[in-house]
Amino acid sequence: MNTELLGVIAMYGLTLVLAIPLGRYIARVYRGEKHWSDFLLPVERGIYRLAGVDATQEMTWKQHLKALLTINLIWFVYGFFALIFQDKLPLNPDGNAGQTPDLAFNTVISFVVNCNLQHYSGESGLTYFTQLFVVMFFQFVSAATGMAALAALFKAMQQRTTTALGNFWMYFTRSITRILLPLSLVLACILVVRGTPMTFDGRSTVTTLEGAEQQITQGPAAAMIAIKQLGTNGGGFFGVNSSHPLENPDYLTNMVETISIILIPIALVFALGFYLNNRRLSWTVFGVMTTGFVLFSAGSILAERAGNPAIAAMGIEQPMGSMEGKEVRFGAEASAFWGIATTATSNGSVNAMHDSMTPLSGALQMLDMMINAFYGGVGVGFLNYYIFIIIGVFIAGLMVGRTPELLGRKVEAREVKIATLIALLHPFLILVATAIASYTNTHHGDAAWTVAPANWLNNPGPHGFSEMLYENTSAAANNGSGFEGLGDNNFFWNFLTGLVLILGRYLPIIGPLAIAGLLAAKKVVPAGGGTLSTDTPTFGALTFALIFILAALSFFPALALGPLAEYFSMP
Amino acid sequence: MNAVKERKSERVSECIHWSFTPSHSCTLALPEPLIAMTNKTTSLFPAEQVREALVQSFVKLSPRTMLRNPVMFTVEIGTFIMLLVTLYTAFSGDGSQGSFGYNLTVLLILFVTLLFANFAEAIAEARGKAQAASLRKLREDTPAKLKQADGSLKTIRSSDLRKGDVFFCEAGDTIPTDGEIVQGLATIDESAITGESAPVIREAGGDRSSVTGGTRVLSDRITVEVTGEPGTSFLDRMISLVEGASRQKTPNEIALTILLAGFTLVFLIVCVTLKPFADYANTTITIASFISLFVCLIPTTIGGLLSAIGIAGMDRALQANVITKSGRAVETAGDVDVLLLDKTGTITIGNRKATGFHVANGVDRAHFIKACALSSMADDTPEGKSIVELAGTDVTRTISMEGAELIKFTAQTRTSGVDFGTGLRIRKGAQDAIRKLTESAGNIFPTDVETEVKRIAQNGGTPLVVAENERVIGCIELQDIIKPGIQERFERLRKMGVKTVMVTGDNPLTAKYIATKAGVDDFIAEATPEDKMAYIKKEQQGGKLVAMMGDGTNDAPALAQADVGVAMNSGTQAAKEAGNMVDLDNDPTKLIEVVEIGKQLLMTRGTLTTFSIANDVAKYFAIVPALFMVSMPALGALNIMKLHSAESAILSAVIFNAIIIPMLIPLALRGVKYRPIGASAILRRNLLLYGIGGVIVPFIGIKLIDLVITPFF
Repeated sequence: MNTELLGVIAMYGLTLVLAIPLGRYIARVYRGEKHWSDFLLPVERGIYRLAGVDATQEMTWKQHLKALLTINLIWFVYGFFALIFQDKLPLNPDGNAGQTPDLAFNTVISFVVNCNLQHYSGESGLTYFTQLFVVMFFQFVSAATGMAALAALFKAMQQRTTTALGNFWMYFTRSITRILLPLSLVLACILVVRGTPMTFDGRSTVTTLEGAEQQITQGPAAAMIAIKQLGTNGGGFFGVNSSHPLENPDYLTNMVETISIILIPIALVFALGFYLNNRRLSWTVFGVMTTGFVLFSAGSILAERAGNPAIAAMGIEQPMGSMEGKEVRFGAEASAFWGIATTATSNGSVNAMHDSMTPLSGALQMLDMMINAFYGGVGVGFLNYYIFIIIGVFIAGLMVGRTPELLGRKVEAREVKIATLIALLHPFLILVATAIASYTNTHHGDAAWTVAPANWLNNPGPHGFSEMLYENTSAAANNGSGFEGLGDNNFFWNFLTGLVLILGRYLPIIGPLAIAGLLAAKKVVPAGGGTLSTDTPTFGALTFALIFILAALSFFPALALGPLAEYFSMP
Repeated sequence: MNAVKERKSERVSECIHWSFTPSHSCTLALPEPLIAMTNKTTSLFPAEQVREALVQSFVKLSPRTMLRNPVMFTVEIGTFIMLLVTLYTAFSGDGSQGSFGYNLTVLLILFVTLLFANFAEAIAEARGKAQAASLRKLREDTPAKLKQADGSLKTIRSSDLRKGDVFFCEAGDTIPTDGEIVQGLATIDESAITGESAPVIREAGGDRSSVTGGTRVLSDRITVEVTGEPGTSFLDRMISLVEGASRQKTPNEIALTILLAGFTLVFLIVCVTLKPFADYANTTITIASFISLFVCLIPTTIGGLLSAIGIAGMDRALQANVITKSGRAVETAGDVDVLLLDKTGTITIGNRKATGFHVANGVDRAHFIKACALSSMADDTPEGKSIVELAGTDVTRTISMEGAELIKFTAQTRTSGVDFGTGLRIRKGAQDAIRKLTESAGNIFPTDVETEVKRIAQNGGTPLVVAENERVIGCIELQDIIKPGIQERFERLRKMGVKTVMVTGDNPLTAKYIATKAGVDDFIAEATPEDKMAYIKKEQQGGKLVAMMGDGTNDAPALAQADVGVAMNSGTQAAKEAGNMVDLDNDPTKLIEVVEIGKQLLMTRGTLTTFSIANDVAKYFAIVPALFMVSMPALGALNIMKLHSAESAILSAVIFNAIIIPMLIPLALRGVKYRPIGASAILRRNLLLYGIGGVIVPFIGIKLIDLVITPFF
């Protein structure tokens, strides 16, 4: 077998080997069971005391959301001003300027919501201070926010009628101290060993072989790269993200970084089973997600391996597959796999330019974000999937002749209403935002803005459409990767995607948590012979079909005009 | 706990709701067998009903009516826009929106789609109405003999009777309205309601005191108090429910409507945003195409059939001779986890029979049998008769009842028997009652009889101890006869996930024996109404839904507490008020059918929703390529069905979308067949049938329609 393919299989296999024990560990951390990692308890207590929060008080779903939203708002205000005034703050050896308010708005939103859209380039757009204490800080806390929300959902799914869903501060703090920080530490060390810089020195000046003088940006990169991979953040230290040789030096770091993208999202699926003592449920959810993930990966890898037909038509052989926009040290297969992994998990880091990939890969990457539940972002991935479970349970419950119930709780009008709204939100955000952009581009192309809408797009036709569609999809899915080729650092895009980001982040956390909270307070009906089980392959198949028809097919017309039109018009 | 409260409060609101139902003059006069009429299911679409439904399909086009159904309401808006577009193309001569003929065709198809959906609801209503009309026929005014304050009788029209009035009936009279006997006893022919020709006895006091309007008194005379205002009898309620005047959506129906409205919104977004996308791609999409895409994608199939499914559920209940007080009751029945069944009449045939005589040591067997026969000759209870029967004519012929005084069973003595002038006293009764009797007379209760009693009880029999002059001479064994085929029905219920509980007044040993033999999951022995109530509450606290059937006034609290309470029509008014269904046949096994009807109702909704959503795959592949084929020929590759042209593709999709509704009406009315094969197996089966089927069928259907209409292009 081809070594490139073996590399991909090894990456996925290694992830699984690590994810299962990690899932068990995460379940124990959230359940508050005794564990050797309890040596961190004094540290955590210190944090609670410093923050003045009571981490022992049980919270209802509403209290959880209140705590979550409040702390997010505080971060937003802090980050916004730090970015605007970064030029006046310390740790700015390169003398980079402060961000404009609309860029700062977009940047801070996109990092608070775990998206990392990055309408700036790290080398010149940020200082070491903001890289570390805004960007990297947010990369930890936004990931932990999603994980804390998921922990509350876990608790709500237990077989016990309750309104007490644990404590947000405890879940949040432990997500950082016991999961994100230790893993980041390991990853950062590997990266440093392989050559990623970790320094507070400014740009270093080198003389190239040709004798020219070149300035190389460096900085405290390894620390940030570790968490951006692990926390499904994706915001790179350098502009070109993990295709940069200092951000992702070789094939080994590429493997480790790829594994880091999907590790926690997969581990959280297993954590669900360990937490609820219902491994079958975990495997069913994992099965559905993996089916989608493997299909998408296979599709993209095959498309990239086959090379670009337009280049082939010129009589040029492509033994390494389509290499446009890819790094030779990673190859077509590993780049395609990364592309699917990063879009599936709302990570958004890249090791190749998605803009340059073949149209089918572009379509699959967008579809991955449109579904946003094949593993998904840390914590929020399963929250998204939970909505599909609710709708699936409702339809399947009717089909077996019973008022639908999920894990013993009756799913009624109120839950269906919330689930429907959240399921509707994602297509709404993506399609409406893209419609506004298309309209502006088509009908007001010559508007007297800093960047005229007609000049947004690098490419005309379907590919240009894909650039807009990808950007909005990435924002709604809180992914953060860019198709690039889109002139997005201007007021229109900063504001539009900023809005999409907020709605696309918080509503899909509020909705599932509200449903779970409502369900948890209901009486638990013991399962009987007529009860529909949600942990069977049949129910998994139903969920998959539902995701495919509801989430994927709604975008069929849009995808037809973008990547599909491009694909079919290739020779 | 909350769930129970909610359910209860909803039922209260149902009751409140009922008091506002329009008043009908209510008298059942002609004893026309209802059964014969309701069981007539020869044709789904009798001409008369179809005609009425067709008229209703147009009447229901009123936007106010359509608003109740968000999915079809959006189709109506779309149709209206198409009307404007068609008029515009007809008069402006502007060809940019497609030809007049094409627009007109789309308009007509959309209009027909609306009519089809309305027809589905109308035909379901018409079927219900037909049943209601037959009931109405029975409502001719009958004379009622009103008892006035001074005790004299005055003949008035039955429709003038008010709640609290007292009327008098004697042999040959038709009972003018529902009521409760306050005085007297009569045999009554109830065949008009139940179809059962054997007359029944109704008497004042006790659990058999209620009479139904339209039934006929065959013998004796009774005085009856009217229990309801005109127009509030159960039949009236049922009629208005079927006619839709008071039909409310059930919570489950509401949830599904929300989900469908959500889907509709998603597709609205998909279609509206397509306009700027198409502008970007320099593609013109006609209004007709936009509306066609929208109408095809939204779940019109289930949207059009949703209310028909609900009405059909109530119709099916009525066909089983069960009157439901609300659609919700039928739905809840499908969810029932626990079924409380009375032993007598449900699990065992009627009454116990004597099956053996067991003589005490030292007593002559022939003498004992003779004593048993003597004690029972004048006893006309079924048990008494069966003892005489078992003794045989050889014995009964020889005995004389001269000078015998019958001692009736009383609650105090709990024994019965005879006293003879000669001083001979024979008593029979339960072990403890006879023990008290003999021991208070200073005699010992023989141990061999005690052992025998225990043995009988362990084998599911009921021992009846016989004493002669306060001395125990032996015992009679009475046995229950378990209904043939009942084990299979319980097995079926078990597969449905329903737990069966036998309720009996028997002692625990007997109860256990019969429970095991009949195959019920649990039993309540020596049950009092309080025990039943406590059992129901306990199960409900565990989150289960409980159904029970009852007839007596003392059943009323339990009937009200149960999630599904089926009262027998022969039961007391209190019982009928407390339950949410009334069984006209007084058949205790009816609960099982009710559960299946409820399950069918939910399943039909679920499968048609799945089918409707699955259909979208093919519709996308029909319409999306059609929209862009002209401006972007490359996208023609998506036309995997190889449809003839853009216009034929769109027309084929909307035609398919329209005709699938009437094609599924029979399924909606009859309901999806329920099989007790376990939830996972049902899901697998229905997913294959309606999910995969729902993906494949439209591909074939749309292609076929395209082939048919191609010559017109």
